[in-house]
Amino acid sequence: MRRVISLKNNIQSNRLGDVEIVENFTDIAPLLTEKQVLVASERCLFCYDAPCINACPTEIDIPLFIRKINTGNVHGAAKEILSANILGGSCARVCPTETLCEDACVRNTHEDAPVSIGRLQRYAVEHLDPARGYPFTRAQSTGKQIAVVGAGPAGLACAHRLAREGHAVTIYEAATKPGGLNEYGIAQYKLVNNYAQQEVEFVLQIGGIDIQYAKALGRDFNLQQLRDTHDAVFLGIGMGDTNGLNIPGETLPGVEDAVDYISELRQVDSLSQLPVGKNIVVIGAGMTAIDIAVQSKKLGASEVTMVYRRDQQAMGASEHEQELAQTNGVRFVCNAQPKQILGDENGINSIEFNRTLTNEQGKLVATDEIISIPCDVVFKAIGQKLHPDFLQQDNQRPDLCKSGRLAVDDTYQTSIPGVYAGGDCIKGKDLVVEAVDHGNKAALAIHHLLQQEIK
Amino acid sequence: MADLSSEFLGIKCINPFWLASAPPTDKAYNVIRAFEAGWGGVVWKTLGEDPAPINVSSRYGVHYGQNRQVLGFNNIELITDRSLQINLDEITQVKKDWPDRAMIVSLMVPCEEESWKAILSKVEATGADGIELNFGCPHGMPERGMGAAVGQVPEYIEMVTRWCKQYCSLPVIVKLTPNITDIRLPAEAALRGGADAVSLINTINSITSVNLDTMSPEPSVDGKGTHGGYCGPAVKPIALSMLSEIARSPVTAQLPISGIGGISNWRDAAEFIALGAANVQVCTAAMLFGFKIIDDLCDGLSDWMDEKGYESIDDFCRMAIPNTTDWKHLNMNYKRVAYIDQDNCIQCGRCFAACEDTSHQSILKTAKNGGNEYTVIEKECVGCNLCQVTCPEPNAIVMLDIDEGKEHLSWLHHPANPYREAK
Repeated sequence: MRRVISLKNNIQSNRLGDVEIVENFTDIAPLLTEKQVLVASERCLFCYDAPCINACPTEIDIPLFIRKINTGNVHGAAKEILSANILGGSCARVCPTETLCEDACVRNTHEDAPVSIGRLQRYAVEHLDPARGYPFTRAQSTGKQIAVVGAGPAGLACAHRLAREGHAVTIYEAATKPGGLNEYGIAQYKLVNNYAQQEVEFVLQIGGIDIQYAKALGRDFNLQQLRDTHDAVFLGIGMGDTNGLNIPGETLPGVEDAVDYISELRQVDSLSQLPVGKNIVVIGAGMTAIDIAVQSKKLGASEVTMVYRRDQQAMGASEHEQELAQTNGVRFVCNAQPKQILGDENGINSIEFNRTLTNEQGKLVATDEIISIPCDVVFKAIGQKLHPDFLQQDNQRPDLCKSGRLAVDDTYQTSIPGVYAGGDCIKGKDLVVEAVDHGNKAALAIHHLLQQEIK
Repeated sequence: MADLSSEFLGIKCINPFWLASAPPTDKAYNVIRAFEAGWGGVVWKTLGEDPAPINVSSRYGVHYGQNRQVLGFNNIELITDRSLQINLDEITQVKKDWPDRAMIVSLMVPCEEESWKAILSKVEATGADGIELNFGCPHGMPERGMGAAVGQVPEYIEMVTRWCKQYCSLPVIVKLTPNITDIRLPAEAALRGGADAVSLINTINSITSVNLDTMSPEPSVDGKGTHGGYCGPAVKPIALSMLSEIARSPVTAQLPISGIGGISNWRDAAEFIALGAANVQVCTAAMLFGFKIIDDLCDGLSDWMDEKGYESIDDFCRMAIPNTTDWKHLNMNYKRVAYIDQDNCIQCGRCFAACEDTSHQSILKTAKNGGNEYTVIEKECVGCNLCQVTCPEPNAIVMLDIDEGKEHLSWLHHPANPYREAK
């Protein structure tokens, strides 16, 4: 269960006033103005076999939607995006576009400046004209029932596709709100104004999707029951558990999972009420590490240090994200591996690391050199893993792949026929846009399967 | 340093750049600002008989490119809407204050000898250097029997030009309308009437756009529109062609030309001069960017002339005329093919889409290093230039001359031509 660091010693709330905090957590990349959109869209070259499309997991026809924006057909642009990716609105905000579509943009070659695809996409989706009606229709009912486990990006995308094809979908969600990572995991300043919920409402407008909340697989029902009562099952359960440091002091108060804290941050009514450490150390170098580090600074922490066992080039977070952290005052310490956390039942006071180096065989090894960083909070952001309990009630369980996640074939079917999976619970890059892609493709495979049954 | 000084019909000025007859030359205030900025001369906005016409509100329409850059621009403004005397007084004073600049007065009065006779003497008294006959204005004035209504009838051009030469000692420039089928005919008529020069082109009949909400053409005057005179960068190619027609016709080859039509920079100006203009007139570029552009016009032209070794405007004037010919004289044995420089190609694939969809399927797309490499299939390439035209990179596609060792062969002498002539 979630454990939130408690107020003691240097861990305090109200480090910053409400006004300052609200200012700190405003939209990090605000909606472009009409003029900015004109200039940005003009730069798109309308490439043939465009590299940006190939770089987008959901294969949005980027040149076409940008052309539609540029000709003043913004509603058409939004439809183009959403027809490929129903979560195009949140992807526009949270995608690391600098490593995907914008990295592939041919404008990088001689100009070193890609078309602002992500921000144009957000502009388009935001300007979908509700007066023109919902842009998708449902096919005639097929009478088929599909269970989707998890109302995160993968589950929502899968459910929407299936609903469009005329199937009836029930989503089982363990939390009390839909959205998954978009609701509980993404940094606050990337999805402002309760956007995750707005987007889910839009997805559900297709009809034919029922969501049951506070229903967790392995706790409230099991996979066999779903298989018995539905024509197909899609598992979009995310990861549910985090990796541990496995070092002394990990259980002391003040040592926290970054995902739990972010989840708390995303749900709290007043950000200033959150307990915030004075000196914070973040272990890890992925997107979650950046998110917790930057948000800690924005909440008023004095010192935030991100510590990574390899060198900076090897960081999972993109250069853009690294820059974001550094411009927010986050300090990076690389080549340091956690050794022990020092403190007592009243809290922690420092964390020790072994300096690492890459040996002649190219292997990372810890040295005897010790680095000590004073801290009152340590956030662990070293990756997530599948929750062990979700299949505890089942005898027949889907196979796992080498990385410990659910194994799937090309059609996103698990080792159990009729049971599909996608999103973070299968092997991949752990991106929202990739989860949508999995959901889309699994839905098409399920639809194909059920079509054969109907015939 | 190249000499930019210009002499046109004996009228000397510091450079070959005049402001065309239009709103920028409507009154002393603007013209003085232009001279202060460095313009060589002006053609004062067209004078007419009193009472002066009244203009409508909403006068300009625009044809935008994708990013609001003005490709073309039109107007439905009439000739000066100020009284004749005010204009004459201002012209007199400005010419007196700026003796080293050209002061040309544009005129348009009804096609009656007395009307012309009356205004000519008044203009001559101002000390102006010359007159330009506005036979080109395509909107409003033709409905009253003036402007393009005269310019479209060669006999009228000849007649009015003759009156002007008869009643006035100043050089006479006849400004031609492009709204005709063969530009040589009005030029020949002007020559017969005794014109000292022609200037072209005036603006082109146009509707820039339709407002899709109100269904009114633009510019819209209270929900209704009318065709206006089109100008700006979009008309430059039309102007260049018309200019060359006059410059290379044996009948009019000796007729001096003042070039007008979408000249926006020094390069455009040099092209007009190479195709026959002795000087150039600018309007739209000044209206869009202000008079300061004269600095680049002069500086750019001068630097280019230095680079090419031209000491004066005359040195390169008409240099492109011998190379401007009829289709039938073009070399049918000439071969060029496209070459894609992979170092400069950004792999946008625009050339492929253009060639594959709309031309000769001469570009090969090959998957390479996670992207696409585009290369030209030389034997399929007809050298049409389309790929180079569509390419967003200035140096990625070059058109290469292929020497096949064949002699020059024109259609005139081509074996496939049933009407071929013996060499």
